[in-house]
Amino acid sequence: MTTFLELLATGVSLGSVYALIALGFVIIYKSTEVVNFAHASLLLAGGYFAVLSREHIGFWPALLVGVAGAAALGMLLEFLVIRRYRGRDHSVLAIVTIGIDIVLITEFARRIGPKIFSYGDPWGSAMVSLGPISVPQTRIAAFVTAAALITLFLVAFRYTTWGVAMRAAAENRETAALMGVRLGWVSASAWGVAGALAAVAALFLSVFPTTGLDRDTGLIALKAFPAAIIGGLDSTTGALVGGLTVGVTQALATGYQSELSFLGNGIGELAPYLVMVLVLLIRPAGLFGTRELSRV
Amino acid sequence: MGAADLRVRGLNAGYGPVRALTDVSLDVPDGAVTAVLGGNGAGKSTLLRALSGTLRFHGGAVTGGTVEYDGARLDGRPAASVVAAGVVQVPEGRQVFARMTVADNLRAGALGRRGDRAAQQAARNRVHELFPVLADRAQQRAGLLSGGEQQMLAMGRALMARPRLLLLDEPSLGLAPMMAARIAETVREINTQGTTVLLVEQNASLALRLASHAVVLETGEVALSGTAEELSASDEVRRRYLGVADEEAAADAAAGIAAEDAGVAAHPPLTRWTA
Repeated sequence: MTTFLELLATGVSLGSVYALIALGFVIIYKSTEVVNFAHASLLLAGGYFAVLSREHIGFWPALLVGVAGAAALGMLLEFLVIRRYRGRDHSVLAIVTIGIDIVLITEFARRIGPKIFSYGDPWGSAMVSLGPISVPQTRIAAFVTAAALITLFLVAFRYTTWGVAMRAAAENRETAALMGVRLGWVSASAWGVAGALAAVAALFLSVFPTTGLDRDTGLIALKAFPAAIIGGLDSTTGALVGGLTVGVTQALATGYQSELSFLGNGIGELAPYLVMVLVLLIRPAGLFGTRELSRV
Repeated sequence: MGAADLRVRGLNAGYGPVRALTDVSLDVPDGAVTAVLGGNGAGKSTLLRALSGTLRFHGGAVTGGTVEYDGARLDGRPAASVVAAGVVQVPEGRQVFARMTVADNLRAGALGRRGDRAAQQAARNRVHELFPVLADRAQQRAGLLSGGEQQMLAMGRALMARPRLLLLDEPSLGLAPMMAARIAETVREINTQGTTVLLVEQNASLALRLASHAVVLETGEVALSGTAEELSASDEVRRRYLGVADEEAAADAAAGIAAEDAGVAAHPPLTRWTA
């Protein structure tokens, strides 16, 4: 039972980090209808900017640099690339983002090389005991931070003028334009927010119990992809539920791997995708996604 | 001619190789209601899209001519900039943001015109005065409103931007006659309060009752234009858009003179857009 609770806590914490990344996917998809495969490179960029500046300015300012850098990179990509393809088929844009991702990941991987960067975070490898279970402090910090950021985002999405513009553009771009919403700004801000969230996720994916930021950290964003799909690509609620589902599934499958040995090694990595396939078989638009409606 | 007139001169527009508007010129004088009539595919919606800067959402573009409002060129400007100039369109088929509340729809309408809170509150009060139902249903999702209420919301949302010129695309479309009459009444009231209106309608009798001037579009060109009285009186408009010919034909038949007039027999009257 203790093992189960510990795994569950790990899963929820990991899931909330995935939810941060998935939320980025969803924001971009909702506001620009682009499936952004370049998310992994945004995440790696945020992490890389942070660990580089950490040596000079300390942890907290460096984290800010990472967040701001990834947000700026996201907005830059939107401005330099995505905007040029406006009005084209969205599947073309999705493929363009794959190209961007390959270029950026290659460049960052070349810069990082074989090194593993440490964030020098204040939590270190300390453990916290919650009754019978003990959890790394970093996992608690990850959950609290992710929950706070997601709450902040949802409140802004619901109540601010920016949120109204985002939701209006997500529902009907042309009508939003008729209301005077500047779609370019909506789209750029979506990419910026997604980049910022990914940079925060990069931090919690690189601290204890992980060794640090290396050139493969960006690949973890690929696990947030099933999270977004499970929840439904156009649902913010779905991103949260999907993130938690993937996190808990992965933690449990990895934790009980010895009991699942008949499935071979690495089932933890695979489990989120299995869940995704199962969900899509039953609900093709994801748990909270809107089904494509045809107008008569 | 006052400064805040909308002047369209020689406008050409199309979708790729398809030409939708040819050499369209019209004036919307400040303070008046002007109507654009025409059947399906006549180019009415394309004209409005060209004015509001939304042709690009349909793969179209203005290929020639000018649109001038209040002395400034509007053609080629993005939609948000047209809204900022005070020209706001209510889209065809209402297009309310169905998943947002009525109150949020109205907030969205105010996005194009940043102003102080007092001005926004005044705009909201005006909308609630015109359409009290929107105040009652403020927290309801817009998708749950009836068709007529959605049309009211679409108009109220556009008014939140405090337009000087309101472009209305088929406001009576798909509404019950009573509701259409109610919407028409509101259009008149909005105009009386000082907003110029350009009304695009298939319902010609409704449009001609509201408007002082009107143009008739046919296959992308201005076929007729004049004052509402002139057009209501014209045989062409009566026959093709007001559906008056039916009654005359019936009367003729009753008088037993229909057979004598070979012309009528050879060309049965068309009654396409019955009022």
